[in-house]
Amino acid sequence: MEEKKQKPGWKELTPGDLIIGGGTAREFKTGDWRSERPIHIPEKCIHCLTCWMYCPDSAVIVKDGKMMGFDYDYCKGCGICAHECPVKGKAIKMIPEKDAKKGCI
Amino acid sequence: MNIKEAVKGKELFTGGHRACAGCGAAIVARQVLMAAGPNTVVANATGCLEVVSTIFPYTAWNVPFLHSAFENAAASISGVESLYKSWVRQGKYDKKVNFIAFGGDGGTYDIGLQALSGAMERGHNILYVCYNNEAYMNTGVQRSGATPKGADTTTAPAGKKKQGKEQIRKDLTEIMVAHKIPYVAQAVVGNWRDLTSKVEKALATEGPKFINVFQPCRLGWAYKPELTCEMGRLAVETCAWPLYEVVNGVYKISKPKVKKPIAEWINLQGRFRHLARPENKAILDQIQIDTDKNWESLLRKEVPTQGPTA
Amino acid sequence: MGKSNIVARTGNEAMAEAMRQINPDVVAAYPITPATEIVQIFAGYVADGLVDTEFVPVESEHSAMSACIGSSAAGGRVMTGTSSQGLALMAEMLYIASGLRLPIVLADVNRALSSPINIHCDHSDTMMVRDSGWIQIFSENAQEAYDNMVQALRIAETARLPVMVTTDGFIISHGMERIEILDDAEVKKFVGEYKPKDYLLNFDRPITVGALDLQDYYFEHRRQLAEAMKVSKDIILNIAKDYAKISGRSYGLFESYKMEDAKVAIIALGSTAGTTKVVVDNLRAKGVKAGLIKPRVFRPFPKEEIADALKGLDAVAVMDRSDAINGQEGPLCVEIKAALYDKGLNKPVLNYIYGLGGREIKLDEIESIYKDLGDASKVKKNSVTYLGVRE
Repeated sequence: MEEKKQKPGWKELTPGDLIIGGGTAREFKTGDWRSERPIHIPEKCIHCLTCWMYCPDSAVIVKDGKMMGFDYDYCKGCGICAHECPVKGKAIKMIPEKDAKKGCI
Repeated sequence: MNIKEAVKGKELFTGGHRACAGCGAAIVARQVLMAAGPNTVVANATGCLEVVSTIFPYTAWNVPFLHSAFENAAASISGVESLYKSWVRQGKYDKKVNFIAFGGDGGTYDIGLQALSGAMERGHNILYVCYNNEAYMNTGVQRSGATPKGADTTTAPAGKKKQGKEQIRKDLTEIMVAHKIPYVAQAVVGNWRDLTSKVEKALATEGPKFINVFQPCRLGWAYKPELTCEMGRLAVETCAWPLYEVVNGVYKISKPKVKKPIAEWINLQGRFRHLARPENKAILDQIQIDTDKNWESLLRKEVPTQGPTA
Repeated sequence: MGKSNIVARTGNEAMAEAMRQINPDVVAAYPITPATEIVQIFAGYVADGLVDTEFVPVESEHSAMSACIGSSAAGGRVMTGTSSQGLALMAEMLYIASGLRLPIVLADVNRALSSPINIHCDHSDTMMVRDSGWIQIFSENAQEAYDNMVQALRIAETARLPVMVTTDGFIISHGMERIEILDDAEVKKFVGEYKPKDYLLNFDRPITVGALDLQDYYFEHRRQLAEAMKVSKDIILNIAKDYAKISGRSYGLFESYKMEDAKVAIIALGSTAGTTKVVVDNLRAKGVKAGLIKPRVFRPFPKEEIADALKGLDAVAVMDRSDAINGQEGPLCVEIKAALYDKGLNKPVLNYIYGLGGREIKLDEIESIYKDLGDASKVKKNSVTYLGVRE
């Protein structure tokens, strides 16, 4: 839960509706939209990175060319990653969000 | 584009945007920018992609970005590219920059058609990417010139007397070919290799380029969000949306291994639900006939690469 | 003072000359009578290599302003020109340009708005966009058109607001006059270099231009715009002072002609002010204490300053070359009445709507206004007269 900050007044804002600096959307967490979440099964993963390529929300974490898991700050639980995973038996499973809160991950 | 290389790059379209879960437009933006790289200026027409990604003070764009109005993405990017040309000519600037305009089918087929046509005729060194989800999605799924015949939208709904849109959709890709620009292509969400290679090819071409990307929309088309990429591939396999390129007027068409019946694609979408009714069988049949006709007509535009065998 | 040159130029030629000397990065424009010549002449400069400008022959005025916005946001100096229907078509983008605080300069050759379609002079086009957040500067003649265009660029870049400079269609735009222009080098020095901090071609500091504001930010951004317009008044005056040093010609927010001891005065914009000066001189010769106020800056409206100038009058007439169709009076008259009211000056104000669609305004007609003012106690206060229309 973020504490409510007072929004800037007109004297402080940059003039002209300008946003300076890229990617400030990262400060807005969309993870709470989910009703289900993807779980990574590393032992089945072939690190093809298809999930990373198709995630609309850049919520797949890749390090040194290897799929590491999901950024649950942004993941909206759309399920594209699980659906696109080419591995037989799937290396990504979708589970209800309420089960995740019980502490699976 | 090599995926192992691409993954090392900075995210140019970040998470934190407000697109629907499973949004195809976000996938288009990410993949196009992966292929284009960070030295890219983007102009965007008003629409889903622009609205979800730039709610002040949040921006999902990690490249310079311009939005001004609905109908002028092509005119806006023309302005940016003109300034660049001016500066380069004056010796004030020397970086190599890509200029890309994004517009939905609304801002491209309809209200934005004039600006697009003008920009293409003037020969600016720009790439226009239309993310085509076949309706004005951002304002609540109203029909556009790109909406196919028979689709249910809020301004051409399926009801007791009418069965969705009565007109066929515009063929904007062919309109672009008629402008005789050096590169025109159709791509789809769900085939990243095809889309990114087309973007790379376009950006390596001098002059105006146009790529029409078919973008399934889980909200407007009414299907489960995880199917977005599969819906795109199915559209290609049923020839609802052929993949092809026109390079300096020469057609190169991708042919599906097995051409599937259009019903396989239609039956997965809520916007065509009314076509399953027995009284609408004639419409469904006509859609198959029209799809086949269009596919045959497109195939005829391809000149055989081999001469007649002796 | 710089070296000056006496040349013969029409209003359009004078504006194009100023543009040539400024040498902007981009001009994106669409032709419309009577502004077409400005960009035609400029295209000729481009073809002859006299400027470095990238000329973009867009397919409509809406695209002209859209392209100007793109070029300006990208970091460049941008100018364009239009009239009437063209200004109307780009109206959406004019508001966007000011909202985005882009220093675009536009030559607005005043022409009547349709319908009926008419290509001749009146001020309805400029008045249509008086709320668009653009600084609006009216020119009386070709000399002023030239001087205003040169100053407009610096005004725009300092105030971070777009500026439109007007001339009267055909009357000034196509009328040949003797004017004095500055040396190329003098203009170049005056306008200096434009180096914005934030621009689209800056990849070290990527910006997002034109974001969507929800209910929580729109009001603040618009408040900023209001403040910028307010503050631009002093900017306009300071730049006029600098310009006077190199040209010898002084400009303010408005011109007062024989107002020192005037008892009756007309307020008029544009070329009609020039005609009125002749009438004032004639009346003065007969001993009538007549004067004229010619507003130069219509936006921001110099409310207090004009009201002060009207203090000593018995009665004032406002000539409007456009009609606001509000069931009352013309747009300039509305602003003058508000100005007087705020100063507690309860003077008779007579409104004359004239010259619509290029209808000629004659010396004797203007003289009749002064006659009406002389009988102000007998003439109905706050009357609106359509001067020159056939009943």
